[in-house]
Amino acid sequence: MHQYEEGLWIFLLSAFLGFELIRRVSPLLHTPLMSLTNAISSIAVVGAILVTGHKDASTFAKVLGFIAVTASTINAVGGYMITDRTLKMFKRKDDRK
Amino acid sequence: MKDVIYPIFYLCAAALYILALKWMNSPTTARRGVLAGEIGMVLAVVGTMLRYEVVEYHWILLAMIVGTAIGVPLALLMPMTAVPQRTAIAQAFGALAAALIGTVEFFERQPTGFILVALTIEMLLGYLTFTASLVAFAKLQELLPGRPLVYKGQNIVNLCVMAAAIFMGSLFYVSPGTAWVFPAFAGLSMLFGVLLIIPIGGADMPTVIALLNSYAGLSASAMGFALNNKLLIVAGALDGSSGLILAIIMCRAMNRSFTNVLFGGFGAVIQSTAVKVEQRPVRSASAEEVASILDTARSVIVVPGYGLAVAQAQHKLRELYDILTRRGVDVRFAIHPVAGRMPGHMNVLLAEADIPYDKMVEMEEINSEFAMCDVALVIGANDVVNPAAKNDPASPIAGMPILEVDRARTVMIIKRGMAAGFAGIDNELYYMDKTLMLFGDAKSFTASIVKELGTLGVG
Repeated sequence: MHQYEEGLWIFLLSAFLGFELIRRVSPLLHTPLMSLTNAISSIAVVGAILVTGHKDASTFAKVLGFIAVTASTINAVGGYMITDRTLKMFKRKDDRK
Repeated sequence: MKDVIYPIFYLCAAALYILALKWMNSPTTARRGVLAGEIGMVLAVVGTMLRYEVVEYHWILLAMIVGTAIGVPLALLMPMTAVPQRTAIAQAFGALAAALIGTVEFFERQPTGFILVALTIEMLLGYLTFTASLVAFAKLQELLPGRPLVYKGQNIVNLCVMAAAIFMGSLFYVSPGTAWVFPAFAGLSMLFGVLLIIPIGGADMPTVIALLNSYAGLSASAMGFALNNKLLIVAGALDGSSGLILAIIMCRAMNRSFTNVLFGGFGAVIQSTAVKVEQRPVRSASAEEVASILDTARSVIVVPGYGLAVAQAQHKLRELYDILTRRGVDVRFAIHPVAGRMPGHMNVLLAEADIPYDKMVEMEEINSEFAMCDVALVIGANDVVNPAAKNDPASPIAGMPILEVDRARTVMIIKRGMAAGFAGIDNELYYMDKTLMLFGDAKSFTASIVKELGTLGVG
């Protein structure tokens, strides 16, 4: 089996899983959902680390990689914190006071 | 040894991401979902650091410290009203990272075949989402005018630019090593991103923000293909499908298609109908009259719109909610899916003002309740309550699902003046006999209603 074929299977299944999961999210939480998926997409940091820290990395790779790690870290840290801050505000009537 | 460990870290991270999204389905478990996402991210980063290819740590650690130093204050200090802008700028950062990583891989590895295709998709989506998100940010932050910018032949220009970018991408394959191809490809992708968002404004923003979210995810997924990294494929696919499904929900809530939103249906409509606002009599009322009507009401449904966010009236609205609830009035909030500038915007705004979320009701659920409610109070919403969507097949918003406030016993509308909404059409609702127009700023008018209710004494 080709390497990309395996990847496409994984992509297909994850995409359908994503549809099923997101469909169940209440519209109430669509904004925090977006900041959460945003934070999740900063998983690109994995690629950035591989590029920056690679044993044969050139200066060019290191510079762009450095920017990429910084950008994804801002996203990851900020994204999770904002999501949590937003969710903390959602209270039921009985929870108030 | 190390290389046996990191796939397990990745596997756990992917599982945690899936759980994170699963737990987002209810407000009671959602914060657990965030925690799962955070642990997943830490596992992914630690796992990657352990890989044998990664030998140099100091630049990575420094970048992470810088990123944290910027990210933490941004998250803590950002006012909640800036949520749409923040989402846009975060997408820009994410897309930039993906594009840059793709660029490095492209030049360092001289890839061929399938990996080259994956990298090209990653860079195309990365660069275009980067500039598109920046423009969306500028519009939401009002650095650029929020109105859609349309000109003749816009769609043709956009399509040409997109085709040119894809053509340049295909040149990577046909004639590798040509020096000018890469800058042309990156430049055209970025130009396309800008052109894509320029005609988008106002009510279309939620759809576009969701769509850009999807692109950022797909770009990460393409990176996963290029690096043969399954965690990236999974996380990117989850993100991509999430953005896409939100965009579909938004489109449905406006009864419009994707192409219609993206290729500027509304801009054209505004010009063709050339808004004729007739001089017809409306009934207006003072805060005092409103207070006495609200005092005798048993149930009130509030319809918030983007105008509420603009006027920052959510805290005054909470005071109104409190004082009415104390008087035994049942107050609920009807949320239209596209109210505001991003999916779920109104819910966050009301939650910020400490309004309980079990009082916020979705459109499908609340529509049958309007007929039984005494007062429908519309604050800063227009097109989403326009009965023309149901009654007038020739209307530009015909078929769009609306909140049926026209069925309430009394309709009150807080509005600055008689100007038309985003769709640029008149609203029949304003001229109905049971409608009271409350002219003024949403915040100060709500405040004066609260004040008047206070002077009425305990009812």
